[in-house]
Amino acid sequence: MSFLLSCPFCGPRPVDEYAYFGEVTKRPGPSPTLRELTDYVYFRDNVAGVQREWWQHRSGCGEWFLAERDTRTNEVLEVILPEPGRNSPA
Amino acid sequence: MRLEPRSGERIDRSKPVSFSFAGWKVAGFEGDTLGSAAFAAGKRVFSRSFKYHRPRGLLCCSGHCPNCLMTVDGVPNVRVCTEPIREGAVVEGQNVRWSLDFDFMSVTDKVGGPFTPVGFYYRTFIRPRRLWPFYEKFLRSAAGLGELDEHAGYSRRYDTEHRKARVLVVGGGPAGRAAALAAAASGDGVVLVDEDASLNGMQLDGVEVLAPARALGIWEGGLVPVDAGTVLYRFRAARIIVATGAIEQPLVFPGNDLIGVMLPGGVRRLVNDFSIKPGNRAIVVAADDEGFEVADDLSEAGVAVPRVIDLRETRPRELVAQGGKGRVRRLVVDGESFDCDLLVASGGRQPAYSLLAQAGARIEFDSELGVFVPTELPSGVEAVGSVTGDGLGKVDPEPAYGGKGKCFVCVCEDVTTKDMKRAIAEGFDSIELAKRYTTTTMGPCQGKLCHLPSIRLYSKETRVYEAAIGTTTARPPWAPVELGLLAGRELTPARRTSMHWSHAEAGATIQWAGPWKRPYAYGEKPEDEVRAVHESLGVIDVSTLGKLFVEGPEAVALLERLYPNRFGDMKSGRIRYGVLTSDAGRIMDDGTIARLADDLYYVTTTSTGADAVTAWFEWWNAVWGYEAEIVNVTGAIAAVNLAGPQSRDALQRLTEADVSAEAFKYLDAQEIDVAGVPTLALRIGFVGELGYELHFPSPAGEYLWGQLVAEGARPFGLEPQRILRLEKGHVIVGQDTDSESNLYSAGMSWLPKLDKDDFVGKYALEHFAEREEKERLVGFTMEEDVLPAEGAQIVVEGFPAGRVTSARRSEAVGSVIGLAWVPTDRAKNGTRVEIRVDRLLRGARVTHGAFFDSAGQRMRS
Repeated sequence: MSFLLSCPFCGPRPVDEYAYFGEVTKRPGPSPTLRELTDYVYFRDNVAGVQREWWQHRSGCGEWFLAERDTRTNEVLEVILPEPGRNSPA
Repeated sequence: MRLEPRSGERIDRSKPVSFSFAGWKVAGFEGDTLGSAAFAAGKRVFSRSFKYHRPRGLLCCSGHCPNCLMTVDGVPNVRVCTEPIREGAVVEGQNVRWSLDFDFMSVTDKVGGPFTPVGFYYRTFIRPRRLWPFYEKFLRSAAGLGELDEHAGYSRRYDTEHRKARVLVVGGGPAGRAAALAAAASGDGVVLVDEDASLNGMQLDGVEVLAPARALGIWEGGLVPVDAGTVLYRFRAARIIVATGAIEQPLVFPGNDLIGVMLPGGVRRLVNDFSIKPGNRAIVVAADDEGFEVADDLSEAGVAVPRVIDLRETRPRELVAQGGKGRVRRLVVDGESFDCDLLVASGGRQPAYSLLAQAGARIEFDSELGVFVPTELPSGVEAVGSVTGDGLGKVDPEPAYGGKGKCFVCVCEDVTTKDMKRAIAEGFDSIELAKRYTTTTMGPCQGKLCHLPSIRLYSKETRVYEAAIGTTTARPPWAPVELGLLAGRELTPARRTSMHWSHAEAGATIQWAGPWKRPYAYGEKPEDEVRAVHESLGVIDVSTLGKLFVEGPEAVALLERLYPNRFGDMKSGRIRYGVLTSDAGRIMDDGTIARLADDLYYVTTTSTGADAVTAWFEWWNAVWGYEAEIVNVTGAIAAVNLAGPQSRDALQRLTEADVSAEAFKYLDAQEIDVAGVPTLALRIGFVGELGYELHFPSPAGEYLWGQLVAEGARPFGLEPQRILRLEKGHVIVGQDTDSESNLYSAGMSWLPKLDKDDFVGKYALEHFAEREEKERLVGFTMEEDVLPAEGAQIVVEGFPAGRVTSARRSEAVGSVIGLAWVPTDRAKNGTRVEIRVDRLLRGARVTHGAFFDSAGQRMRS
């Protein structure tokens, strides 16, 4: 992996400046069943295609943001600042 | 033999340079390469071939072929044909027994043929298996490319430099230079790299020229690593222009590896650049126009060229180079013999498309030209010049000419036409399989000289068109690269606390602790330091703890949701122990949380967890968006733990604030001045004695440390601290817990408040609370005075059933104590378990609670 990723603040930087935190998942509501909980904690869609995922500019400004990335080509279609409260964690 | 001085020559005859070549003293001139000087001095044997140990001499003379790989000043596999000459260099042959001119191993060439068919090493040397070590030793020394001196240490220093360019041009030939100049006309940021050292210092308006430097590949995101000797430039370029040209291809005929058989470019380089007469009588066989041009150059240099054979006009059935002592003596064409000591053989030129292929271009066979050309370039990558096929004429030589003798397709790996045919006969009928089986194209030239000839031969033998066979995958690096360059310099940054040099002066043994350098102990006996803490006063540097401020109107809401504990009911000036869990319910980190004001919390983490916890807090807050700021002040704030029965008195002597037992209770946090330093004092007891964790600005580190030591505090290190905390049964997250541990199995079921609305890990903990854990973290006391290693097995009925995570000998307890994971049915207080210590099973008793001062009166006193 050596593609460039655009931090919403710092602009395009080599991907090794960032920390990857996986695809965006949906946290279950209160009192989930064991199956719902296991799905959320352990299972990922792992799509071959466009995926919404969490990144942090760890070695840069430290900002957390979302990216729409094509996992087949590493093409990043969009980077988005999170809108708090509405996001589901990874 | 040198020619009279000529115009355009690169050597400076007024500056002689001498060096040692295979034990001989050789003289050349500045501007020479090691190879050209040796050739001028009459040296012809430069290497011995990989498998048959046949003598080999200069072939391409342009840094592509394996024939001039030698060891220079201890560095193996240097291509001496391009390595600039330097005074006193020691150049030695490699892969030889005895000498380059007489190699004992060349016997494999005489008798080895029938015994070493293609793939022999896959089929022989297999049984009996116990003899493999012997075979391996023999094979490794018989084949191979030079040897590394394992004890040489770091002979050079390598660095990596990150660079940006608007336009990066790879290749400094006419097309590359023109492209660079055109790009420079519209702005700066144009860089041109070329392998050729003679381009060093070339002036191109507005273009930065890097030479000798070699682009190793094109990765995604326009990343081009450039090998510049001891510096690896990692270029990011918006536009990459590839002008790598085309590489001369050898002809495949019996005897084509004899010394004196050369490619036209190599011959012209010797004549024009270094003014060397490369032979006396030359025959030229060519499948393209190169042959005629080289014939002109040779004639001009006084070399007789009695015959030029144009393979486009005549199509001989038989073409054999014959020689003696490894050198070419004559060329036999369909029974007609021509004496010569130089045979220039040209099989056309193949575009050097590797970089483009790596970038994602399609490579197709152009049947008009008879070579492979790149098509469908990816965006951001352009190609100019002969790499695109421009200016190349049609070449169509026989894939292999008939005749008697070894006929090499791949000189790097000594693969002959016979090997290739046999591989096809054995069923390796895909080019990728045949490549792996025969190892053709897998040698040091990486297919530069053998890829096209292999495919030509394959096409003929399998009767499949080249276009249908396609190419093998081109992978980086484009040319061999020193591993040292890829590794770079060994830089391991160490974090040191602001008191570090005080510890060093006090004679501390310093050890790595995560990214930190920390004192292990200050003397030979950590137990002395333990005793000081128990009996009087000790002080330890805990600046490595992660320290965060969490501030804002919703700081408490954020913390309530991050930790299983409750914080809303905690008053200002109080402290609570907290453990972070993941949504899987696993223990991630622990520390203390002090409430300094309604909307201000001071959070400590483990020493190694600071960065991860900060990122974790910030991430969850990006999810939830509480009005709270998280600031990591780990480096800005130093901390010490002043501990021992005398700590209150010592602290009182240094502050005007009232730190009496009534005014400063256990788990209180107060902002006080200590020896004039503004300090946040936390009364907590990790080591189990009355103690204060003092947090203060880092610059005051050495000063305050000195003040505390002057008050009689004995410095103690990590090892005494580990003993002290173990006596209290305190867990170290990451040492005693792992990624499977949760609060219930680790014996902290009192901690999570499941009646809270929500917190990270709540759902998992709800499930854990209802189930029976398979194993528990418990303390144990050894029955005998033996010390189990960390990770030692807990054995139940002869089977391993658990493991020791910490164990120390404790003077205060009077026995060996530790923490271990044991099956739940063995976790009751007083249960006997067995622990494997040095292969013997030793008894131990499960011990709940603290081993020492189990009521905790000392730290609360």
